[in-house]
Amino acid sequence: MEQTEILAKVQDIFRDVLDNDDIVLTPQTSADDVEDWDSLSHIQLIVAIEKAFKIKFTSKEILSWSNVSEMIGSISSKL
Amino acid sequence: MLHFCTASTNDMISFKELKQNLKKEHSSLPTRKVALLGDVATQFLAVSLKGMGYERKYNIDLFEAEFNQVERQVMDPTSDLHEFGADYTIVFQSTHKLLEKYSHTSPLDQIGLADERLDFVRMMCNTVKGRIIYYNYPEIEDTVFGSYATKVQSSFTFQLRKLNYELMKVAQENANFFICDIAGLQNKFGRNITFNSHIYISTEMVLSLDILPYVASRTLDIICALEGKFKKCLILDLDNTTWGGIVGDDGWENIQVGHGLGIGKAFTEFQQWVKNLKNRGIIIAVCSKNDEDKARAPFEKNPEMVLKIEDIAVFVANWNNKADNIRFIQSILNIGFDSMVFLDDNPFERNIVRENVPEVTVPELPEDPGEYLEYLYSLNLFETASYSNADAERTAQYQVESKRVSLMQSFTNEADFLKSLNMVSEVKGFDSFNTVRVAQLSQRSNQFNLRTVRYTEAEIEALESDEQYVNFSFTLADKFGDHGLICVIILKKLDASTLFVDTWFMSCRVLKRGMEDFTLSTIVNYAKEHGFQRIIGEYLPTAKNNMVADHFPKLGFSTIEGSEPLRFELEIGAHEDREFYIENK
Repeated sequence: MEQTEILAKVQDIFRDVLDNDDIVLTPQTSADDVEDWDSLSHIQLIVAIEKAFKIKFTSKEILSWSNVSEMIGSISSKL
Repeated sequence: MLHFCTASTNDMISFKELKQNLKKEHSSLPTRKVALLGDVATQFLAVSLKGMGYERKYNIDLFEAEFNQVERQVMDPTSDLHEFGADYTIVFQSTHKLLEKYSHTSPLDQIGLADERLDFVRMMCNTVKGRIIYYNYPEIEDTVFGSYATKVQSSFTFQLRKLNYELMKVAQENANFFICDIAGLQNKFGRNITFNSHIYISTEMVLSLDILPYVASRTLDIICALEGKFKKCLILDLDNTTWGGIVGDDGWENIQVGHGLGIGKAFTEFQQWVKNLKNRGIIIAVCSKNDEDKARAPFEKNPEMVLKIEDIAVFVANWNNKADNIRFIQSILNIGFDSMVFLDDNPFERNIVRENVPEVTVPELPEDPGEYLEYLYSLNLFETASYSNADAERTAQYQVESKRVSLMQSFTNEADFLKSLNMVSEVKGFDSFNTVRVAQLSQRSNQFNLRTVRYTEAEIEALESDEQYVNFSFTLADKFGDHGLICVIILKKLDASTLFVDTWFMSCRVLKRGMEDFTLSTIVNYAKEHGFQRIIGEYLPTAKNNMVADHFPKLGFSTIEGSEPLRFELEIGAHEDREFYIENK
């Protein structure tokens, strides 16, 4: 799966989980840029992404990402 | 309400939807004060409880204690918890923290782990006001001893199972303590579903997003049951729901039930479940599109049938539409539609009932009858807040009611009919025999209930010895059978001349028997003998008690103009008893 495709799918998940259709993700987007992306909704996003891509992150990965690009890197390494 | 949307067997509302509920308008819903204490983080649980409260039509006013303050909040009489004054205090002490504690305990003392926690729980029962809902302990199998742990009292597995078992005893000893069986949920779904290591590692929360809606649902089941909202009746379709096949086509001998034919075993076990519900006191009714004689034949003739005709309180088999038939069943039983569950394998019939009688709960049964039971187990439809032997006799009482209805049709004069019933009532205060029954009727009575004050067993016991109050309980028996306890009055002495009707509720099974007149006569006699001059009544409207809006005026009370809530007054001197046909036992 192409990175852009992953990004689009992850964006859909963000919109769904955070209940906000205006969210636009770029590789540089970080938690500071998205309203409601806090430590609690982060875990909701992780669980939803794992389900959607049928993958499992490690606990270390979850705590390590500083932006969307790194998150997508982890996803694509497991596909 | 539970959500039954798709044919999947797992259609509980999601955590995300529960979270969205928080944005909806809650202020018009009745408020319940709920405190949440956890020794792990509880933010998601708090969201789930509030969101599920909305589903069940409650505005949950939630006090979430700081994380890991269970002991301090409970033991310090000046804590925020005691200040808050919760109706319900939910206590979630996790298995994780218990294991941590176990690991910090010296091997010699590990044998006392369960007892130490039980001491705390017993102490909590005495200090926390209101009801406690306590989450029991889903097992963590640490395999330190393997299966041999069952032989070692100091093993974590042994202590954990002992704790879960002994907690049930605490629940039996303390009327204000209720266990929410989340260990049972883990048995149903498995630990890989109930626990998510990511959530635990990054947030200190031990419940997965998948299991949270179920935990919240089970918690609200308990609250709803205690508030008087619970299921009383199960209505069954027959062909392919209660047995396999079509009795009209296959004949009563050839339906699939029992261990011989087709998938009969699935239906046998389904019937055993229904029979157990019936024995617990759930009313079983039949609603089937069939000729009545054909529908009855399996119950009367097929030896493989677990359910017998005497298990069915109301039997309706005809070709009318099922919504009308369910309305008819409701008119005989005189219970709310929202206390009924309807099971039917046919999606068309389910939808007819959902559209026309939306208060009735209509689960989406799986297509495969072999999956009916596990699916129904997951819904926990029949939560209750009390149980007594009287529950088990209910079916017989409703069957008697059907007979009584046919006798009434043979009398042209109501008084003659009432006289012919030879009604006898035993009137007394509250005692050790009827405390449970009085408390239970106070939880169950919704329609004929003037102020809808709910009493627990402990509160009823306290009333027995309170000089400020005078209590009456009434039973009713007639020539067809015994209804048991059917009416309760609690009077408060406002001053030397005035009695206030704090509580007046009655079972709807005994409507139109003159019981109201008999009851009033009893309290008027009491008032006369003790020098009271007047009785004040009050009506507090609820969604369900419109039936008694005019109760006091009908009995001859005059309305106190401008009172809010509406109050009524009866001058003892001016009152004359109306005629009734009930004798004192």
